[in-house]
Amino acid sequence: MLQVVSSALVVDRMDDVRDKRPRFYWLSTMARKMVKDRLALYAFIFLVVVILMAVLAPVISPHDPTTGNIVQRLLPPSWISGGNHAYLLGTDALGRDVLSRTIWGARVSLEVGFITVAVAAAVGVFLGLVAGYAGGKTELIIMQVSDIMFAFPGMLVALVFVMVLGPGQLHLMEALAFNGWMVFARMARGLVVSFRGGPLVEAAEAIGVRPLKIMFKHILPNIFATLLTLYVLEVARIVLAEATMSFLGYGIQPPQSSWGLMIGDGRTYFPMAWWLVVFPGSFIALTVLALNVFANWFSTVIDPLQKGQS
Amino acid sequence: MARYIIKRLINAFVVVIAVSVLVFVLTRAVGNPINVMLPLDAPQAERIALAHQLGIDRPLWVQFLSYSDGVLHGSFGNSWWQGIPAMTVVGQRLPITLKLTFYAFLIAIIFGIPLGMLAALRPRSWLDKLASTSSMLGISIPNFWLGLMLILVFAQKLHWFYTSGLGDWRHWVLPAVALGVLPLGRITQVVRTEMLEQLREMYVVTARSKGLAEWLVVSRHALKNAGIAVVTMSAWEIGRMIAGYTVVIEVVFGVSGLGDLIVDTIAHMDYPLLQAITFVVASFISLLNLVTDLTYPLFNPRVKFE
Repeated sequence: MLQVVSSALVVDRMDDVRDKRPRFYWLSTMARKMVKDRLALYAFIFLVVVILMAVLAPVISPHDPTTGNIVQRLLPPSWISGGNHAYLLGTDALGRDVLSRTIWGARVSLEVGFITVAVAAAVGVFLGLVAGYAGGKTELIIMQVSDIMFAFPGMLVALVFVMVLGPGQLHLMEALAFNGWMVFARMARGLVVSFRGGPLVEAAEAIGVRPLKIMFKHILPNIFATLLTLYVLEVARIVLAEATMSFLGYGIQPPQSSWGLMIGDGRTYFPMAWWLVVFPGSFIALTVLALNVFANWFSTVIDPLQKGQS
Repeated sequence: MARYIIKRLINAFVVVIAVSVLVFVLTRAVGNPINVMLPLDAPQAERIALAHQLGIDRPLWVQFLSYSDGVLHGSFGNSWWQGIPAMTVVGQRLPITLKLTFYAFLIAIIFGIPLGMLAALRPRSWLDKLASTSSMLGISIPNFWLGLMLILVFAQKLHWFYTSGLGDWRHWVLPAVALGVLPLGRITQVVRTEMLEQLREMYVVTARSKGLAEWLVVSRHALKNAGIAVVTMSAWEIGRMIAGYTVVIEVVFGVSGLGDLIVDTIAHMDYPLLQAITFVVASFISLLNLVTDLTYPLFNPRVKFE
């Protein structure tokens, strides 16, 4: 009877999951639905742009993101008087191009977001599947550990982790993944439990399919779409977490560029050099917003009966 | 009921112990505070002397026993950085953070609950779109950046509020708003979702058909049943604020609360202080969760504790 809020939109009340199983849609149907939902379409386009920025960073960034020209320091954006048209979004205190650093920052944000959550999801889903399918003591232990870790104050644990291991992208990702698998374990377990007693598993067991194969070939595909929604939501959360940690100086380290780090550096020259804070911050906000809107849209497409959609 | 509370208290105790042990092992086994406390070119003898003075040259289990002994006697030792008992430092800072969290939470429920309700009552109206869009924005905007933007507009340009520090209400408005926007978004979403769900139930049809005024149907019947989810989400968000969002908000606004202290503690690698902070925060969150669960019967008398 105790519900636990596991992520932004996910409340695991599993008794009603089974009769609202995700429906499967083909890509063309999804594309049509996306064009109809304007907000989702814009979110998707923005995400594609950010992904392209990240992938093509070495090609499209006009300047080197790490070396600056000290003579050209703290230039405002090019459309403001005093701006230089070579530096579209202005330059920072070391004369580095804000646009180039923003483009490279996209790479860091997405890398940290997608990879960290992929690791957390792999671990979490595996443990959740095992717990849900095996039941008994295995389930009890796995879920107890997950409950205890859920009670950990996440940000504090991440800070302690980074304090001990030393800051940097890899350690940040480890810390965030360490703290991110439980949502997936809970979700996967809940979904599996709703299938465990059902005809699908019963039939597979009756013809002698091995437990591991049942888990991965019979149960996982059925819960995949729901887990994918959670994945996108978690990426949004981790992108924010990376920005926050980098802003505090415990995430990405200079001379690498990250949106959060840019804001942290630019804060000293704020509010005169507002462009150092406004541009990277807008990119974080829009990226996270686009991920959240996309996840929301996706969850309604795969499951039209989802609660909250009338 | 009493058995349930005892069971949950034991559970909370286990969580607090687990967090403490984790932090203890992580810091003592891997970290090296000497490098932070002494200059890099400090002679070896000085390093050894300091390690001995702090007691971190002893075997891990000896350190753990002496730490546990201290905790059982209610002491976390002196803060290495400040030189006074760690708990005293935490005690000075905690009320400020609690106050800030309280204000932020107040903003979140005062605006979030009505907004979510109105959105659910008129689905797909302009009001619903406004509520959905603004709540989505609220959970997506990085709160530290929002804080800086608020400073830029309301403190630097308009001079309505102060940029940083503590004092009268003009110091609290901006940090509370920056901190409250995220929980505001979450609460709006959960109220809307739950209300939509409840308004489809048969008891709402019954209440309406016996001629009850619509606002009573909504406020007394539907909202009450949506209460459990709202309270659960609220507790979750308060927990996130205390040990998460306040850290960065307090740094941005120069508020010397617990969050600001956490950052300094990490920078100084002050283990006793860190230990005291994690203990207090973990206890607070565990108790908060217990109290939350105990309020469930207020909303739904069918909830039984076993």
